[in-house]
Amino acid sequence: MSQPVENQSIQPKRWVYLLPLGIFVGLVILFFIGLELNPRLIPSPLIGKPAPSFSLPRLHHPGEIFQETDLQGEISLLNIWATWCPSCKQEHPVLMQIAKANKAPIYGLYYKDDPEYGVEWLKNNGNPYRANAVDKDGSVGIEWGTYGTPETFIIDEKGIIQYKHVGPISWQDWKDKLLPKIQSLREKSDV
Amino acid sequence: MTSRSIAFLFFFFFSCQVIAEIAGFPFETEAEEQRFRELSTELRCLVCQNQSLADSNAGLAQDLRVELYEQVLSGNSNKQIIDFMTNRYGDFILYKPRFTLKTLFLWLTPITLFIIGVVTLICFSRKQGEYSTEQVSDEELNKIRSLIDSEDNKK
Amino acid sequence: MIPEIGHFILILALCVALVQAIIPGMGLLNRRVDWMNVAQPAAVLQFILVLISYSILTYSFIVHDFSVLYIANTSNSELPLIYRISGVWGAHEGSLLLWVLILSAWTAVVAIYSKRYPVDVGAGVTSVLGFISIGFLMFTLFTSNPFERHFPAPVDGADLNPLLQDPAMAIHPPMLYMGYVGFAIPFAFAITALVQGKVDTAWARWVRPWAIGAWVCLTAGITLGSWWAYYELGWGGWWFWDPVENASFMPWLTGTALIHSLAITEKRHALRNWTVLLAILSFSLSLLGTFLVRSGVLTSVHAFATDPTRGIFILIFLGVVIGISLMLFAIRAWQMRTTGSFTLVSREMSLLSNSVLLLIAMLTVLLGTLYPLILEAITGEKISVGPPYFSSVFIPLMVPVVFLVAIGPLMSWRKENLSQLLLKLRQPAIIAVLFASLLLLVLPGKANFTAWFALLLAFWVINNCFALLKQRLRNTNNLSQGLRRIPRGWYGMITAHIGLVMTVIGIGLSSVYSQEQDVYMAPGDDRTLGAYRFEFIDVKKKPGPNYMADVGTIHVYKNDERLMTLHPEKRLYNVRRNVMTEAAIHSNLLRDLYVSLGEPRNLESGSWSVRLYYKPFILWIWLGGLFMVIGGLLAVTDRRYRIEVPDEKLKLDSTHVAAS
Repeated sequence: MSQPVENQSIQPKRWVYLLPLGIFVGLVILFFIGLELNPRLIPSPLIGKPAPSFSLPRLHHPGEIFQETDLQGEISLLNIWATWCPSCKQEHPVLMQIAKANKAPIYGLYYKDDPEYGVEWLKNNGNPYRANAVDKDGSVGIEWGTYGTPETFIIDEKGIIQYKHVGPISWQDWKDKLLPKIQSLREKSDV
Repeated sequence: MTSRSIAFLFFFFFSCQVIAEIAGFPFETEAEEQRFRELSTELRCLVCQNQSLADSNAGLAQDLRVELYEQVLSGNSNKQIIDFMTNRYGDFILYKPRFTLKTLFLWLTPITLFIIGVVTLICFSRKQGEYSTEQVSDEELNKIRSLIDSEDNKK
Repeated sequence: MIPEIGHFILILALCVALVQAIIPGMGLLNRRVDWMNVAQPAAVLQFILVLISYSILTYSFIVHDFSVLYIANTSNSELPLIYRISGVWGAHEGSLLLWVLILSAWTAVVAIYSKRYPVDVGAGVTSVLGFISIGFLMFTLFTSNPFERHFPAPVDGADLNPLLQDPAMAIHPPMLYMGYVGFAIPFAFAITALVQGKVDTAWARWVRPWAIGAWVCLTAGITLGSWWAYYELGWGGWWFWDPVENASFMPWLTGTALIHSLAITEKRHALRNWTVLLAILSFSLSLLGTFLVRSGVLTSVHAFATDPTRGIFILIFLGVVIGISLMLFAIRAWQMRTTGSFTLVSREMSLLSNSVLLLIAMLTVLLGTLYPLILEAITGEKISVGPPYFSSVFIPLMVPVVFLVAIGPLMSWRKENLSQLLLKLRQPAIIAVLFASLLLLVLPGKANFTAWFALLLAFWVINNCFALLKQRLRNTNNLSQGLRRIPRGWYGMITAHIGLVMTVIGIGLSSVYSQEQDVYMAPGDDRTLGAYRFEFIDVKKKPGPNYMADVGTIHVYKNDERLMTLHPEKRLYNVRRNVMTEAAIHSNLLRDLYVSLGEPRNLESGSWSVRLYYKPFILWIWLGGLFMVIGGLLAVTDRRYRIEVPDEKLKLDSTHVAAS
């Protein structure tokens, strides 16, 4: 059984044997990064874009209209909420504190809910909102890319969306994420 | 991941079992219905774990189906509809990723691997046509032969 | 007290696993037969301990011991007995214990069979399996202890997830785990062979039945899971390319490649490194699947509740086990490389090509599953990769696979004469074209290329199986004797291949010819789907053991003749307040009629949203899976795997083992 010399040429090179290990090491690194990521968080494509236009009745004054231009002029928060949403209720005390801190006005988009319940809820638990727009059928919610209430947007004085927070805001979130964002926006606009 | 993000899971109130309806959307032409069906399977229900709009009973999925239905009826093209969705929800909503620079690797790897595989196999074999024997010691070869023989006798 | 005993025994099992891993392993490296002989008793003892521990958990489930945290979270006093037994693997901790139990059971079986192998091989395999067992036992004990107590005990439990309160779902996880864990055995053989630097035909012969056994279990598990999704989730789908489904499909793809590659290694003493790599990959992908399901890095319908420490633990374990194996492979496989390769037209080449294609298919599924994660890690952007992507890349890869399944078995080893091969292939191909075209005309619905092509491939494979049988029988005059002389493994191969094309037929025809309607229906309304007319009668409340059901009644007519009555259900489970859809399905070989209830629309008129489906040939998808399982069972029980190797040295060693 002699061995033809040419056969050596069809041998896989040494690095081929290391290939599976290499790919695997890459995967492990990826997974370590992946464990830090939140699979449920979807970044919004609206950031850096003007707030979507809408024109809706106000919660407390159904005869009056609330529209996106009302958000312009100063840095503001837009909070999307409903009374059927338990985590919105959980978030409510934090919104009250934020309103008290008076760093930025909070506007509400009252999402897919009966206005009566909302008025009742705010009467009993305090009203952190400067004004609320009632989005009864949820169509404005779609414009804003809502997928999990509560959602909170930071909108600058030109009406450009600068930040989005999904899920209830905790006091920690406010201190660590939203407030610094508002402050940096304010500094920029002052310059 | 922190305990905060675990708690996150519970906040997503839009569970896939909230009250909703699978509505029958009436279509006038079969082409429109076909387009609606296709698009609703290619768009992801954002709030469910892993379902398309067509499969989900979640409230948001229902709203987006209505949106999709209206857009199909008003004659918007598939591209317009997909742009509408991605402008609001990002590329995450597309189950079929668009062919862009970022998904180049995703779309081209299978065909590249296939070509590499075929070329390697052909190269691997052709040279062999001339030298069909393997490098085995005589002792091993005899052993193999006896094994093959014993097998053939069994048949 | 009893749960504490279970916990304690599990700790004992870990100690035994340490002994089982270390002493025979040292024995292998130091060539000490007495140390090697520890392997078998240790493996059996470990199995007994884990079994006792597992039984104790089951017992605590049955007697409703809600002071055990895990039971309080996954059971309830209303839960029927069968689901209290299956509820043990209804969530993370218990399913992990089941995993450990199955691993120790497989190990014990291997250890008992190890008399057939040289003593050092048996010791090596048992030792590797022991190391894997240590990892999983530590994972269970340190991060996911199912025996953890909490006081005061709640009055009642939070109930088993209603999705899992289903007979198919009760047996799906054990089958799947038997498959996943089963691939640990070929893996252990591969590692032992790499350590010893010896892979030969005998090695392939030892590994083959284990690999096929694991493959059988995995096939059964996946088939059951897909069938369950079809009837339980209520929208008529059967495969969603969900990350968790992909996690079970990837080891199946490499496992399928492995059992074919083993055939080459056994018969031709070739492709040894390739076979070893596939053995390592199959088990590695099983571990990867465990990680993906239990760490929460990907969103999925089936994922367990997530816990970051668990994710990190499995990731480290996975890194160590797979990392060491692949490193060993990189070093040893290079040293063991051979120059064997084949002519382009030969049985070896067709088997090799198929396993290469399966590996590419696996890599494609892996890439699609992980791509969103890769992109997010690099750019922070989120995308989804879903069914449209997978179908468009996976199906083109599977067509050449089925093509090779058709022609491969007709080729001879070493070198096939091309013109002779074409001659052999001609007649079956012509018949296949004719059959497929004729059948397409008979089938209701428009002629369609996909359907025709699926039928063509299927008939071609089946015709070639007959051609093969004819070839096998050409030298015998006595038919029954001739048939009996063909080894069982050959029948296994044919059965599994026919199973594969049955699945192809099911997928092809059902995807092309299905019809569906989402409609609102009030009592008295009817809708027509194909040749069938569905009349909605009513929906009535009916209590179940631990749920309240809305039970629909729908009459089905064909040609104005009443065929049957279907009762789809919508169940509201008492404890978790989950709503479950129970579709009503009428199956036969030609078509399924599938009805599921949506939501009530108007309580006064009694109208509901209803989904109606007509799905031709869909049953064939799972029947194909069943045939593959039967094929695998035939192959695994082939006589040649049961023959004791008449080797003097082995006999000596085995008596030695028995004496110890």
